[in-house]
Amino acid sequence: MKKFVITIITILVLCAGLGYGSHELTKSTGDSGSKVLNLYNWGDYIDPALLTKFQKETGYHVNVETFDSNEAMYTKIKQGGTNYDLTVPSDYMVQKMKADHMLIPLDKSKLTGMQNYGSSFMNKSFDPGNRYSIPYFWGTLGIIYNDQDVKPGSLEHWNQLWQPQYKDGIMLIDSARDIMGFSLISLGKSVNTTKTANLLAARNKLNRLSPNVKAVVADEIKMYMAEGEAPVAVDWSGEASEMMSQNSHLHYVVPTEGSNMWFDNLVIPKTAKHFKAIYAFLNFMNKPENAAQNAKYIGYSTPNNQALKLLPKSVRNDKQFYPPQKVLDRLQVYSNLSPTKVQQYNDLYLEFKMHH
Amino acid sequence: MAMKKSFKGLFYTPYILWLAMFVIAPVALIIYYSFFDIHHQFTFSNYRVFFESGTYLTMTANSVLYAFLITVISILISYPMALVISRLKHRDLWILLVILPTWINLLLKAYAFIGLLSRDGLVNNLFEFFGIPAQQMLFTDASFILVAAYIQIPFMILPIYNSMTDISDSYIRASSDLGATKWQTLTKIIIPMTMPGIKSGIQIVFIPSLSLFMLSRLIGGNKIITLGTAVEEHFLTTMNWGMGSTIGVVLIISMVVVMLFTNTKRKGRRS
Amino acid sequence: MDNRASKLGKFYIIFVFLLMYMPIFYLIIYSFSKGTTMANFDGFTLSHYGELFADKRMLAIFLDTILIALLSSLFSTIIGTMGAIAVHNTKRRHQRETLLSLNSILLVSPDVIIGASFLIFFTALKLPLGFWSVLLSHIAFEIPIVLLMVLPRLDEMSPSLINAAMDLGATSTQILSKITLPFIQPGIIAGFFMAITYSLDDFAVTFFVTGNGFTTLSVEIYSRARQGISLEINALAGIMFIFSLVLVGIYYLIENHNLSSGRKLDRVEVPDR
Repeated sequence: MKKFVITIITILVLCAGLGYGSHELTKSTGDSGSKVLNLYNWGDYIDPALLTKFQKETGYHVNVETFDSNEAMYTKIKQGGTNYDLTVPSDYMVQKMKADHMLIPLDKSKLTGMQNYGSSFMNKSFDPGNRYSIPYFWGTLGIIYNDQDVKPGSLEHWNQLWQPQYKDGIMLIDSARDIMGFSLISLGKSVNTTKTANLLAARNKLNRLSPNVKAVVADEIKMYMAEGEAPVAVDWSGEASEMMSQNSHLHYVVPTEGSNMWFDNLVIPKTAKHFKAIYAFLNFMNKPENAAQNAKYIGYSTPNNQALKLLPKSVRNDKQFYPPQKVLDRLQVYSNLSPTKVQQYNDLYLEFKMHH
Repeated sequence: MAMKKSFKGLFYTPYILWLAMFVIAPVALIIYYSFFDIHHQFTFSNYRVFFESGTYLTMTANSVLYAFLITVISILISYPMALVISRLKHRDLWILLVILPTWINLLLKAYAFIGLLSRDGLVNNLFEFFGIPAQQMLFTDASFILVAAYIQIPFMILPIYNSMTDISDSYIRASSDLGATKWQTLTKIIIPMTMPGIKSGIQIVFIPSLSLFMLSRLIGGNKIITLGTAVEEHFLTTMNWGMGSTIGVVLIISMVVVMLFTNTKRKGRRS
Repeated sequence: MDNRASKLGKFYIIFVFLLMYMPIFYLIIYSFSKGTTMANFDGFTLSHYGELFADKRMLAIFLDTILIALLSSLFSTIIGTMGAIAVHNTKRRHQRETLLSLNSILLVSPDVIIGASFLIFFTALKLPLGFWSVLLSHIAFEIPIVLLMVLPRLDEMSPSLINAAMDLGATSTQILSKITLPFIQPGIIAGFFMAITYSLDDFAVTFFVTGNGFTTLSVEIYSRARQGISLEINALAGIMFIFSLVLVGIYYLIENHNLSSGRKLDRVEVPDR
């Protein structure tokens, strides 16, 4: 009996040690003091050098925690127990968080440099008058192809994805709204349609795409496309720019008939505490030189027009990531749908994935 | 006497509590949830959708077919393995070699196959060495089935091996003394006598093969949706717990069916 | 079996063993490669191990994983052993059978069902997902295997031993600590180790019930494997392989020790995933 008690105590002590060790390791990755800002951001979505620069200028230390989907971020903040000062939801999620009273309005009197943002990125339907959000980056959904397998210029429309020559060759981003979205656009419908007939038609059309689909995955598309595992992929512009930096044979097209345009935005969640630091950071990021540096590092498109002017000409004039106004006009932004409709999109999309 | 009873009760309490909280309650909850839609309204629509839309039935049929193929391939490879190992001198040592890979995390093994099967991975390099053109192997049905079988093989070998070591050598000697050929000994004596091992192997392999969602994702590229993938999708992505639970109930029913088919009378074997 | 057949047989098993170990060694070999992919071996380096040990997040997850494994195995061993004693004390055959079949439900259920049903359960209880939900789930699915490892030992114990002790005036506590526990100790140790294996191997259940940034190695490998090949994971595989070897070694040392002290273990227990 004694032996058992000793063993149990030993294991418990060991566990306490492990718990302490892991706690210390986690703590050391972000130290806390009074002059801090807690930023809850997507993974690898800000230039670390900017954080150092910000601390040097203002004295605020930025703790960054990361999430990998809007839904995960939403759930975590909703669950409570967090103290994030800023977070970066996409368009429809801003709308949802706003509707669920999870955001604090911006105090415009404390903001500077708002005039730097291009008018086409402000006052969007998900946040009229930008009462809660400042655009951070924007991008599109499009087609990436490898010019070793696909003749340049021969793949410019969603409908062409259905051509038999791409059999087993297309990798799709695993995202219900995006995949249902391009199917809807190819049918000439809105990406925010709530008509069941349209959604069923989109699902049926996707089912016919099945033979061409190689995989429906997420982050791994970057690696597989960069290594030439598949000739074609449907993915977001930011992901495309990363792949293209690894493999010069890759090209990105936004189909001219239209696509999705998305925005990631800085917002203040209800959990915020360090307001001085928040406005210092927002104003810091509004500055063209900082926004430009961030865009250079991340490779996504910046909505800050003054920053855009500071970027090299090759980036500025790159139609793949800064499409001409004619294309911009055709892009559609997702709006927040009712839970029933979200469910319908998700279910139909899953049915497409199950279709063999 | 009364004191002794309460002492005994002390042992029952935590265990019964565990049974109630983590066995009975969760199963009951999954059945309960299968009758609710996303608005928390009582409904039979989940079952209706499952049985009326061809998609779910086809998916279920495919999932069963995949699990069946995985199980058959594992038996075909494992049976001779178990047979040979049970005849070896240091068989305990060899069987240890079978167990060892099961201690390596499943996800690490799946990850290894991403490297092995990719376009310029080892398998394609070998193919090219033998003059076979490079193949597209990741995200195909065949690679999903083979990787799943790879992961299941040790779990198939072990029960078959156990049942083989139960066969007394005298049976086999008697059989050959009576003039049976080796083939006859195998089909008439060894295979029937190891049937319980094969059955428990099927039990251990078939049921998890219905639900290997991480493999259908990493190796199958989500082109293969098994019952398990559908449950995972509904619970963690689409958040339609009602439909997920419905598929879960189907999975539980198929589990019971498999158990009934492969149930071996264990009584007396442990003594 | 004549020689020719056994030669063929030996060739066969060596071939299958090569296939079984190839992916594992493939991973480990590339953990020493200077390159960034598992396609070409570009010369020897230990830098991926360096990266791994400098990766504080990974180290914290590693410690958390072991913490969960040890703690859950400890509790499941205690509860499972109590359960085994309870089942053993159940004299009515029918009741015993019922308890045993209830016990085996979690052993045969597919992981996704366990994960999904626990997720519903924790949500219904409003228990936040994270460390505690993972710990509770691991305890829950480890209990049945511990029971199955301890029960045969208990059944082997002769009742006359206990009767004799009772006749000599021993209390229930004394019988438990002086007779029962020492006798079933090998079963308890085996159960504890099986529980650790189950915990370290689990992916699906943890994947369902974790949240709030808490992860175990399996879940972390899954999310990293989805981001592509990183030889840091290969280095992790190397470390885990050594770790498994050590665990297997300890387990078999204890087993063999028990073997020499009486009981023959002729059944190889099957670890689950």
